[in-house]
Amino acid sequence: MNVMMLLEMASGAFPDRPAFTDGERGVTYTYSELFEAARHRAGSIRANGASRMAKLDVSNLGTPLGLFSSAWAGVPYVPLNYRLTDDEILALLKRVTPAYLVTSADRVDALGGLDDVHAISTDSFLDAGQHPVAVEGDWAMDPDEIAVLLFTSGTTGEPKAAVLRHKHLVSYILSSVEFASAPEDDASLVCVPPYHIAGIAAIMSSVYSGRHVIQLPNFSAERWIELVREHKVTTAFVVPTMLARIVETLEAAGASDAGMPHLNSLAYGGGKMPLSVIEKAMTLFPDTDFSNAYGLTETSSTICVLGPDAHRDAVASTTEAGRRRLVSVGQALPGVEIEIRDDEGRVLGAGERGEIYVRGEQVSGEYEGKGSVVDAQGWFPTRDAGSLDDEGYLFLEGRADDVIVRGGENLSPGEIEDVLLTHPSVADVAVVGVPDEQWGEAVAAAIVAKVGASIDMQELAELVKIELRSSRVPAHMKQWDELPYNETGKLLRRVVKATFEEQLA
Amino acid sequence: MPTLKTGGRFKSAVCAGEIMVVTASGDDVELTCGGAPMVEPGTETAADATVHPDHAVGIAMGKRYITEDESLEVLCVKAGDGALAVNGQLLLQKDTKQLPKTD
Repeated sequence: MNVMMLLEMASGAFPDRPAFTDGERGVTYTYSELFEAARHRAGSIRANGASRMAKLDVSNLGTPLGLFSSAWAGVPYVPLNYRLTDDEILALLKRVTPAYLVTSADRVDALGGLDDVHAISTDSFLDAGQHPVAVEGDWAMDPDEIAVLLFTSGTTGEPKAAVLRHKHLVSYILSSVEFASAPEDDASLVCVPPYHIAGIAAIMSSVYSGRHVIQLPNFSAERWIELVREHKVTTAFVVPTMLARIVETLEAAGASDAGMPHLNSLAYGGGKMPLSVIEKAMTLFPDTDFSNAYGLTETSSTICVLGPDAHRDAVASTTEAGRRRLVSVGQALPGVEIEIRDDEGRVLGAGERGEIYVRGEQVSGEYEGKGSVVDAQGWFPTRDAGSLDDEGYLFLEGRADDVIVRGGENLSPGEIEDVLLTHPSVADVAVVGVPDEQWGEAVAAAIVAKVGASIDMQELAELVKIELRSSRVPAHMKQWDELPYNETGKLLRRVVKATFEEQLA
Repeated sequence: MPTLKTGGRFKSAVCAGEIMVVTASGDDVELTCGGAPMVEPGTETAADATVHPDHAVGIAMGKRYITEDESLEVLCVKAGDGALAVNGQLLLQKDTKQLPKTD
């Protein structure tokens, strides 16, 4: 079992189809070209003797080539975040030596000087003339070999390296993608970072279904719209902040319709999608199927999907519970089980909030040097908080660590945020716990006003009191110009918390 | 034939078919394709070998096949004219639920 097998099958079934196109450089690999290139780069990696293949660059043809050639060579592929500081990058790189590093030309000299790092530029990696020797023989089929090491964003402390073995990635693809299911003119626009699990999953599922991937290395809403139109893109994945910017850009241009009828499906995930954004997007893209995906690095990407029909049913629903489904992340994929548990590990019933646990073949739950955090029955604690409704729709409530403990009562920031977001003057909101002498923790809310609206804090406090109860009313409310998000759309709650703590100290 | 282990790859002795083991119980079973035991890749096979007419429905690339009790699941990685069987019982084709595209 090896991810190379996915490419071998694709290359055998549709060798001449375009596989990947770098949207900025305009160069393309067909499936058979990618397969042959992987054979030769695997030869170079083997000859070098490195034990890891690292890639530190934006998305380009070197991204799929890096993944597949390291799988063929039998070394883990380690995509690194090029947005980190030089010191952070050095620290991560030292953890994966001896490394065969492919990076942007400006970094080759500095990083190639390190012990046990063989650095070459992306251009050299892609230049066939510099890789004359093909690897001999097939790749290993041991399902337990490590395919990918992904450093998790690490909101606290040192980043952890999540271990994804070939068996995890291949089972994810086999259970969620039908081989060669994409029509010949299917094109997918991929704009998620190459060092994110969604970027890895996009490569594998596109290859196995036979889609043509258009890569957008540096996201901007304008460029995304141009590329979707230029390549007649049929499917795309975005994080919530990207969709918000696409919607804003279309609206600023006065569009009532996005004018992309060929875009059959638009999936989103990676963070909480504001209801106002998804509702506007569904109006602007009337011919497009929307799907919401929820997954983690440790689960080889998606474990839950809210599909297009569920989106439409929710919008058309006449009941509160039905409409609420639009903010759920849907139901578990086949082969994936989900449970909600309380602090003592007891399994909770429908509607009860607790920590999300997940089990399935695609779940790794393992970190390098730290071992596995999966329990004896195979359950992985996600550290995400949430609840399931009576039909198994999963609702996310933020990180389990984000729960605010006020006077012994557990409060969910997500629940309070959802109420505040219903107010017509509120564009965005982040609720955090801050130290409080009397209660242990107090509720604090950072609020962003809609353009042209003014915020009446008293009114917001009343709203929370009526909808929830007085213990949920924020003791501290501050208006912010915008909230801090990372590049994949995750709210940086610790930044909000630290700012409040500074102001209150 | 050798024990079937997850990730193991085998080819048909009588047609072009090739499979990879997705899940196996670890029990010793004989997997046949086209009526003849499957062999490890690279094994020489007789050029005049033929598919048994009772084992000739074929296997299609990318399709998964399972025993009735689901103790064995294999993926067809190269199409062939032979059918897969364990102890003379033909394997069944497993359906992949069509999911919305998410990545």
